[in-house]
Amino acid sequence: MSRTSFDNQPPIIICRDVQKWYGNFHALRGVNMEVRKGEVVVIFGPSGSGKSTFIRTINRLEEHQGGQIIVDGIELTHDVRNIEAIRSETGMVFQQFNLFPHLTVMQNVTLAPLNVRKWEKEKAEQVALELLERVGIPEQADKFPGQLSGGQQQRVAIARALAMQPKIMLFDEPTSALDPEMIKEVLDVMIELAKSGMTMLVVTHEMGFARSVADTMYFFDEGQIVETGSPEDIYNNPQEDRTKLFLSQILQH
Amino acid sequence: MTTDTKVIAPPTERYTILGWLKRNLFGSIPDSILTIFAIWLTYAMLKPAFAWIFGEARWEVIPDNLKLFMVGRYPAEYLWRIWLVLYLLVALVGFVWGVWVKKKETTGYVLLGIPIFLALLPFSMQIRLQILLLDVIGYMLYMFGRGENPSYKRWAIIAMLAYFPIAIFIIHGFGETGIMAKVEPNLWGGLLLTILLALLGIIFSFPIGVALALGRQSKLPIVSWICIGSIELVRGVPLITILFMMDLMLPLFLPAEIRIESVIRALVGITFFSAAYMAENIRGGLQAIPNGQREAAHALGLSAFHTMAFIILPQALRAVIPILVSQFIGLLKDTTLVMILSLFDVLGIGKAVLGNPDYIGTTKEVYLFVAALFWVISYGMSYASQRLETALGVGER
Repeated sequence: MSRTSFDNQPPIIICRDVQKWYGNFHALRGVNMEVRKGEVVVIFGPSGSGKSTFIRTINRLEEHQGGQIIVDGIELTHDVRNIEAIRSETGMVFQQFNLFPHLTVMQNVTLAPLNVRKWEKEKAEQVALELLERVGIPEQADKFPGQLSGGQQQRVAIARALAMQPKIMLFDEPTSALDPEMIKEVLDVMIELAKSGMTMLVVTHEMGFARSVADTMYFFDEGQIVETGSPEDIYNNPQEDRTKLFLSQILQH
Repeated sequence: MTTDTKVIAPPTERYTILGWLKRNLFGSIPDSILTIFAIWLTYAMLKPAFAWIFGEARWEVIPDNLKLFMVGRYPAEYLWRIWLVLYLLVALVGFVWGVWVKKKETTGYVLLGIPIFLALLPFSMQIRLQILLLDVIGYMLYMFGRGENPSYKRWAIIAMLAYFPIAIFIIHGFGETGIMAKVEPNLWGGLLLTILLALLGIIFSFPIGVALALGRQSKLPIVSWICIGSIELVRGVPLITILFMMDLMLPLFLPAEIRIESVIRALVGITFFSAAYMAENIRGGLQAIPNGQREAAHALGLSAFHTMAFIILPQALRAVIPILVSQFIGLLKDTTLVMILSLFDVLGIGKAVLGNPDYIGTTKEVYLFVAALFWVISYGMSYASQRLETALGVGER
């Protein structure tokens, strides 16, 4: 995907000097980022570097204590209406899937459209079926999450997030809890989504995925963005020593 | 290199009855000695018990006072209202059972067993026929509820919600005269009172318990303090103290012209007592739900209320069904304490019957009967909850 396709698009996420503490621990130390509509961003870095914390501040699962976050023109403040508005425009996929175990796959996917968007049941179910088709598991609609494999569960989670027709998708290490043979089926869905023009922020260590679909990569360490650039720049010509060290560690095998 | 993997059937062991006996009971000489000794011991202990139950015991005390045991001083001319409530209950239970549990075999045993059991009991023919009719109605509604109709579930829930107000209305009645004349709650007694107090205590304490559990976790300090305070206050006091308070203290705080029925006072005391325990049990369930569930719901844009109602509470309540049922069984037995409010529950009636000179020396019979009644109801609740758990798939998903 060429960068020009979104270069003249307006920024949909603006983060300025985002700060976050856990007790005395300074988790985010002034993060600045602009994401344009249709851009696919991959965030990587060592564990504890604040990359998950950062992505979770964008839909307010974590509260930022300094700086500014503006999503789709709405600033994140303590105002619950702003938070709910941003959350309904932003889909999120978790490392641990977090499907609702007491609801069927179909109920998982239609719950938010029915109750937040107030859609008719028929419309919600039709959209849900289309999405399950898109992630490749329409035949599992009436099963419960516990009856599915990890890869299938994560694909349901993606369908569930897409059912709200979000403008932005956040992925927090979506393949880290999966068995190796299931990683590909989830990445395939994400690649297809990226190619369809969805704005995506992905925290991942899947370097093959990053290389094939990322527009911009951010390397996080110690709560800061250390280096940013296109996948070619990052892989072939990293500037910072910390980036080089980290890449050498994860690309060794 | 090719390997040949054969699928082998698991090993099976088949015994004849004699083979089973030989292997398990008479496998060796010490085993045989132990088996024979155990058989002798069982016989030695059961023989006098059976001799008493089928020979010496004066069971006539039970059928003679059956009406007292069942409904206390409820007027005989309105007894048909109690039967009506019972018919409705059996129909409701049969229907709900058919809608949710569907399993046929055990239900069949229960339904066949009841008439045989009744034939052995020394009740009057009229009562036996009534109970047989109850059985038939329950079975018919059960078969009806088994029908695959998606709207049945909704009807079952509506019927359950509507049943209790209707039942209370029929039992209590209205107006001064006529077939539906009012029967003062102070006349309700026996098993009727026990079951009403327990069921209404459960029904009222459930929402209060949920509210207290949620309130305890509230971020608003005043709400959480009030909830913690009331839970700890009630939990720190024995039920009997609360009932005394309701009996002696409450009238002091209320204006003299307001006189609350003892039954209502007992019910309020039982409800608050049960709600405090329920709140803590439900809190346990709430804490067992992983934080990821809440995060996923928030990330979808669900409001705090929807998150609680659709995601957290259903899972939390499902997780604590066994604890709640235990608590309800405890509550059922605790209702015997209403004796101190001069109410005659089934145990109180038992004591009153023993005070009658005609029945001196029937202590064992009366208390055994009361104990059996409690056991049947408690086990019934326990069994129903196990079936309910299976139907809801607790622990499977």
